[in-house]
Order: sequence, then C-alpha cells, then structure tokens
Amino acid sequence: MIVDALGMVVSASAFGLVYGLAARQGGLSIVEMLAMSVFVLAGAAQFAAIGLITQGVPWLAILLLTALLNARHLLYSAALAPWLAGRRRLQRAAMAHVLTDEAFGLALPLFQRIGRADVPGYWLAASLIVLPWMAMNVVGYVGGQGIPDPARLGLDVVFPAAMAGIAVGLVTGRRELTAAVVGAAVAVGVGVVLEPAVGIVAGGLLGPLAGLLVPARAAGDAGAAAAGSADQPSPHGDDPQVGLAG
Amino acid sequence: MSLDLVALALLMGAVTYPSRALPILAPGIERLPPRALEYLRLVGPGVLAALAAVSVLVVREGGAAPTLHIGIEFAAVLAGIAVVRWRRNVFLGIAVAVILVALVRAIAPA
Repeated sequence: MIVDALGMVVSASAFGLVYGLAARQGGLSIVEMLAMSVFVLAGAAQFAAIGLITQGVPWLAILLLTALLNARHLLYSAALAPWLAGRRRLQRAAMAHVLTDEAFGLALPLFQRIGRADVPGYWLAASLIVLPWMAMNVVGYVGGQGIPDPARLGLDVVFPAAMAGIAVGLVTGRRELTAAVVGAAVAVGVGVVLEPAVGIVAGGLLGPLAGLLVPARAAGDAGAAAAGSADQPSPHGDDPQVGLAG
Repeated sequence: MSLDLVALALLMGAVTYPSRALPILAPGIERLPPRALEYLRLVGPGVLAALAAVSVLVVREGGAAPTLHIGIEFAAVLAGIAVVRWRRNVFLGIAVAVILVALVRAIAPA
C-alpha cells in the first residue's frame, strides 16, 4: 500500500500546493483556506468553490455544486460499509470524514487483499493523503508564486493514472472488468452531455450493474459466486463476527 | 484576517459529510442480500475507472460546456494501465504516465 500511495502523495502534494496558491489569489485568508481543507477535504469542490467565491456566486449555489461534486463519496462509502459493519459507530463516523478518492483507492484493495477491514491501514492511507495535502496548502499559500505549473511536469496525470492503476488491481475477473469498462464509458458519455460530476456518479452506479449481468460461473470472478465463500476473501470472511474483528 | 468564509467551509463540509457517512453508518448493511453485496464489491472498479476516464477525457474550459478530449493524457493513462497490468506495480504505471506526458509537453508544448 505504501508503494501504491507514493504516487498519490506526490499528486496530493502538487495540487495541495496549487490549491494554496489559488486560495491566496482568490482572496481567502489562510484560516479560511485551511478551514476548507479541514471541513470539506475534497479537492475538486474546494477548487470550484474558490472560483465561485471570486465570481460572487451565492453561497447556496456553491453548496449545491459541492453536494453534486461530492456525491460520488456515497458510492465509496457504500462499497466500504460491509467491511466496516462491525466497528464502533463513532469510529465509523470519524473514518467517514477522511473518505477521499485516494483513501478509498488505497483502502479497498487493502481490505480485499487481506480479506478483512484494516482500520489502522485505513487511517494510514488517509493520513498519507490528508497531511501532505494540508502541509502543501500552507506552502502554496505562503510561497507559491515561484513554483512551476504542475501540468508542465505532467503531474496533472498522476491522479487519473493512480485511479486507473488501482482499478486495474481490483479487476480479478470479467465482472470487475465489465464494471470498470462500462463505468468509464458511461461516465464519459454522461459527463460530456451533462456534467463531469454527474458522469462519475452515473458510471459508478451503472458500471457495477453491468458487471452483475455477467454470469458468475462464466466470469470466474474472485468472490463472485458467493460473497463469503471459504476460499475467497469477502467483507464478512467465513464468519461475519470473525471477519470483521481485524 | 478574514474569517467570513469559515462558515461557508463548515456548510460545505455539512453537505459533503452525509454522502461519506450515511452508507457506512447505516444499520444492517452487513445483512444485505449476496447480490447487493456483490454489487457493492463491483463499485470499486466501476467508480475508480469512471473517475479516471472523466479526469482525462472530459474537459471544461472556463464556463463552457464539457467536451470530449482525446490527447496525450489519455494515451499516457492507457500506457500506465498496461504497465500496471504487466508489472503489478501502480507506482511504476503512474511514473510511466507522468514521464510520457512531461516528455510530449516538453517536445510539443500546447
């Protein structure tokens, strides 16, 4: 997981830096900038908010856009929920706040690999993203003027490459492959016609549905025939209580 | 120092948190039927692929409508996917994608 996280740390750092710079240019104070990172913790929504604030868009519109942009977290949360079902409610509530794209991308493969929820691993994954992001917010805010554009260094491709790479790691059969391909195709189609954020949610909803249409037996999917089978890891392991106790 | 937007940040957090927390906090999610759990298992590859695809293939300039963009970023991500598939190493895939994009932009800046 640490090796997989390295690329995301670079990505979070680079764009955290740009966010800090953008926040300064947008007229936010350093406290306001950090408040966004602490309370919202979602890069796309934070960047969008700065743009809207500078254009004088009403708060209600900003809040609606934020909810739309961040609706994809509903899918992440639903995918992790079976793994975390046996945990204390307060612990799950705290874990939910740091559920970012990257934390999900690192935690889900980890859970699937070891066959149970790994709470310290989840917090490590979240910390590897959140801490560099916030530290670089400050660096960007304080001294970001002389920093070269991350896009010139190709760093804008780190995030999609990381997400795609992790998706590849989750593909263990035709069902997952179908979910990924259809999810991507639907997301792009809907994203172009409507909104990119709507496309991501539509792809994330319809891709798995298409995956379910692939017969389990023919698919040879890991854990597809029956969630919780004896030889395949599942959110529940062999025994729901044992599997969730890790 | 202005603190006016701290309230906006709090409200943005308040509209974001339910999407992160509701399924995780929903009681009885572990008792869903196997078909539903299988669907949730497929959400990972589906939504991550969707996120990656939209990030490189859908662009929006300023306030204009979103458009399809097939450029070096898409080719680089495909190359990265091939490397991840071949070497089973996400970091290596990311590195290949970044180097490819940086090289092309250095040779032929937009």
